[in-house]
Amino acid sequence: MGFRFCRFHKHFAMTEQRVSYTLDSTLETVDSAEQAATRIAAENGFDEDEVMQIAMAVREAAVNAVLHGNAYDPGKKVRLDFERTGRDLVITIRDQGAGLDPAKIPDPLAPENLLKTSGRGIFLIRSFMDEVQIHPSQTGTEIKLVKHVHGPAEGGKEASQ
Amino acid sequence: MSMKVSSRQVDGITIVDCSGRITLGEGSVTIRDFVRELLSKGHKKILLNLGDVSYIDSSGIGELVSAFTTVRNQGGELKLLNLTKKVHDLLQITKLYTVFDVKEDETAAIKSFS
Repeated sequence: MGFRFCRFHKHFAMTEQRVSYTLDSTLETVDSAEQAATRIAAENGFDEDEVMQIAMAVREAAVNAVLHGNAYDPGKKVRLDFERTGRDLVITIRDQGAGLDPAKIPDPLAPENLLKTSGRGIFLIRSFMDEVQIHPSQTGTEIKLVKHVHGPAEGGKEASQ
Repeated sequence: MSMKVSSRQVDGITIVDCSGRITLGEGSVTIRDFVRELLSKGHKKILLNLGDVSYIDSSGIGELVSAFTTVRNQGGELKLLNLTKKVHDLLQITKLYTVFDVKEDETAAIKSFS
């Protein structure tokens, strides 16, 4: 029973966690977003590799928001939200740019694109997160990143289907 | 942590020792400028030692690709040495591991230049 209580207590504490940032369209924002992701991922029980993956995904999303979305416009902001929902860490990054059409992103693994010097950000994000949703609109792009929590109390990795 | 690079010459090969993070902004620019300067001085056989590179993002990967193609287009060779697991894994998933000539031993790497 003690173990059950610990699980419940831990879970309850995590569901309380919701953090939002509104950030300028600068390179510093990219570093800040990465640092926040590193801290919050570690606090939510992810292992070292997962923390690195989450932090890199958030960094890449922040780069897209600052450079490609807001294009360093000082009048535009980047909104960054971290939320623990059930067994997931959900991270949302929104910019105020023209809207990124994911269908127009070339495949960076295609032979003709391998030696391109850019275009790997979204690919890396998809590689590192369990779910990625990109919602472009005329008022900006929202990208939602989901990582399932596999804490020790969950009994290891969840069954795959 | 910012990025630091220094170079040394061994048997006609320029070994560039990199440490820190190769990321958008400072780290990427540092590599780009350093490689361009080497090329301008005629050093076209370059071994990038990434043993102390703790982190690299997509911009950093782009800079490695850029350095590779820039050196190759000028008739030179650029190889990578001592990849950390993180950098190794990133090059694997981006399918660049086989594009780059990656070496694990410095002496063997130096001998491998034509």
